[in-house]
Amino acid sequence: MEWETVIGLEIHAQLATKSKIFSGAAIAYGAEPNTQACAIDLGMPGVLPVLNREAARMAVMLGLSIGAEIARRSVFARKNYFYPDLPKGYQISQYELPIVQKGQLTIDLEDGTRKVIGVTRAHLEEDAGKSLHEDFHGQSGIDLNRAGTPLLEIVSEPEMRSAKEAVAYMKKLHQMVVYLGICDGNMQEGSFRCDANVSVRRKGDPQFGTRAEIKNLNSFRFVERAIEFEIERQIDRIESGGKVVQETRLYDPDKGETRSMRSKEEANDYRYFPDPDLLPLVLDEDFINAARADLPELPDIKKQRFMTQYGLSAYDAGVLTASRELGDYYEAVVAALGGEPKLCANWVTGDFAAFLNKDNRDIADSPVSTAQLAGLLRRIQDRTISGKIAKDVFEALWAGEGDADAIIEKHGLRQITDTSAIEKVIDEVIAANPDQLAQYRAGKDKLFAFFVGQVMKVSKGKANPQQVNDLLMEKLKD
Amino acid sequence: MSLGLAEVAKIAHLARLSIREEDAPIYARNLSAILELVAQMNAVDTTGVAPMAHPLDTAQRSRADEVTESNQRERFQAIAPRIEAGLYLVPKVIE
Repeated sequence: MEWETVIGLEIHAQLATKSKIFSGAAIAYGAEPNTQACAIDLGMPGVLPVLNREAARMAVMLGLSIGAEIARRSVFARKNYFYPDLPKGYQISQYELPIVQKGQLTIDLEDGTRKVIGVTRAHLEEDAGKSLHEDFHGQSGIDLNRAGTPLLEIVSEPEMRSAKEAVAYMKKLHQMVVYLGICDGNMQEGSFRCDANVSVRRKGDPQFGTRAEIKNLNSFRFVERAIEFEIERQIDRIESGGKVVQETRLYDPDKGETRSMRSKEEANDYRYFPDPDLLPLVLDEDFINAARADLPELPDIKKQRFMTQYGLSAYDAGVLTASRELGDYYEAVVAALGGEPKLCANWVTGDFAAFLNKDNRDIADSPVSTAQLAGLLRRIQDRTISGKIAKDVFEALWAGEGDADAIIEKHGLRQITDTSAIEKVIDEVIAANPDQLAQYRAGKDKLFAFFVGQVMKVSKGKANPQQVNDLLMEKLKD
Repeated sequence: MSLGLAEVAKIAHLARLSIREEDAPIYARNLSAILELVAQMNAVDTTGVAPMAHPLDTAQRSRADEVTESNQRERFQAIAPRIEAGLYLVPKVIE
C-alpha cells in the first residue's frame, strides 16, 4: 500500500517589539518572574487593552513579503479557556478576520526543485504566561512575564507531503521573519515555535485522513523527527486495522516519539467572539505603504542578485544570503577589495564561516573586520602571498595580531617571486636528491610532486607555487 | 432551538460555573429563550449588510511601542493568596 502524508504547520513567531501587544510592560527575556507583568497583563478588573502599533506594522511586513492580502479591517476576538497562566480566562487573538490572508512561500527542496506552499493566514495574538510544574509544596508556580507578548501565528495550507518539506518551509519562514527583523528567531527561548498537523491517506485518495496535532516543536530537528515518527505510527495503526484519532500529541525528544496528551474531557470549544474591549483594527494605505517602504531586500531576490551581479553559483549565493548579516559582510568585503567576487565568496563561505562556527560566534562579534579580510585578499590578488600562506595569515588576523600587511611583515611571509631566488632553491633541492632525480628522468613522473614539496619546504612555503612548477619542469628536463 | 440538560451541564463546565442540579431545568429554559431570540434575528434578511464587530462605528486606536510600565510586583502580589520566589502559586496543573 502506498501512503501519502499531509502536513500543515502553525508557526508562532514572537514579534520583536519592546513592549507587549496590549500593554506598556517590557518583554525582555529572562527577567525575574512577574516583574514585567502589569495590571493589564494580569487581567485586573477595569483595565483596557490598547494595541501596540508596531506589532501591526510587523504583521503587515510579513504579509507583504509573502504576497498576501493585508486586511484593511481586521477584528480581535476572545478565545476562551481556563488555565492558570491565562489570567483573563481568554486569549486575545484574531479569528474570522485576521490581519493577513492568502500568502505563499516558495521552498527549495533537496532535489533542487522548488515548491510553492500556501499560507492560509497570519493573525496577531497575545502569548500566555508560563506554568512551572516543579514542586512548590504540591502547587504550580506561575510567571506572567510572557503574558501579553505579541505573537504572529502563521498558518500554512496542508500542502507539505514529507517531513523534509515541512522543515524546508519552517526554515524558509524562519529566514524570512529574521530578515524582516520582526522576530529574533531564537528557538531555544521559544521565539519561533511550531505545531504540526499530520495525517496520512492512501495515495490518490481525495479525502484527508484524520489528523493529529503535534504541539510545541522548538527545533528543526525535532520537527523532522516528530513528523517521521508520527507518519510511521499512523500508517502502522491503519495497516493493523486500527484508526487514527484526532488528538493533540506531545513530542518527547529523549525517546524520539510522540505521545497523546491527557485527552481533554471535551473537544476544544473556545467560544470565540469579537472582543468588546477592542475596536476593529483599520489600516490605511499610508500605514501599509510605510511598512512596504521598510521592507529589506528579501532572501530570494538577494540570492538572484548575487548570482547575476557577482557571477556566483546558486549554492554560494544561497549560503551567502542565508542571513542578512552574512550577505552584508560579503558585499562589504567585495566593495573594500574592489572586485574579485568569487575570491571573496570562497573566503567568506570558507575560512571565515568555519572560524565563526568553530568559535560559535555571530558575525557581529567577528574579530576580523570586512576591511581586514579585504586587506588579506588584496595580498593574494597581488601575489604577495600564496593562497596557502593566506590561511595562516587569516588565523593570525582572527587571533587579533593586526592587519594582514603587519602580519606578513612580522612573520616574513612575503611570497618569493624572484625567479633567481626560486631557481637557487630548486638547484639545492636537485643537488640534494640525486636518486630521485635519476628515477624521475627514468620516467617516474610521480616524483615531480616530491620535488615541488621539497622546494616548498625549503622555502618555508613562500615560493610562488606557479613559478615553482614552471621552473622545476624546466630544470628537471635536462 | 432548545437546550437539553446535558448541554447546560457542558456550558456550565466550560464557564467553570457550578450549578445545582435542580436548577438545571431553569437554566435550560432561560438559555433556550435567548437562543430563540437569536434564531428570530437570524431569520432577518441581512443581504448587503456588513457584519458588525462592535457597536461603535469607529476604529481601534493604537499606541507607540514604548515601555511605560514599571515593576510593581510587590503591590500585585500583596493580594495573592500564595507566592514564592516571585511566582504566584496555584493548585497543581498537570499537562
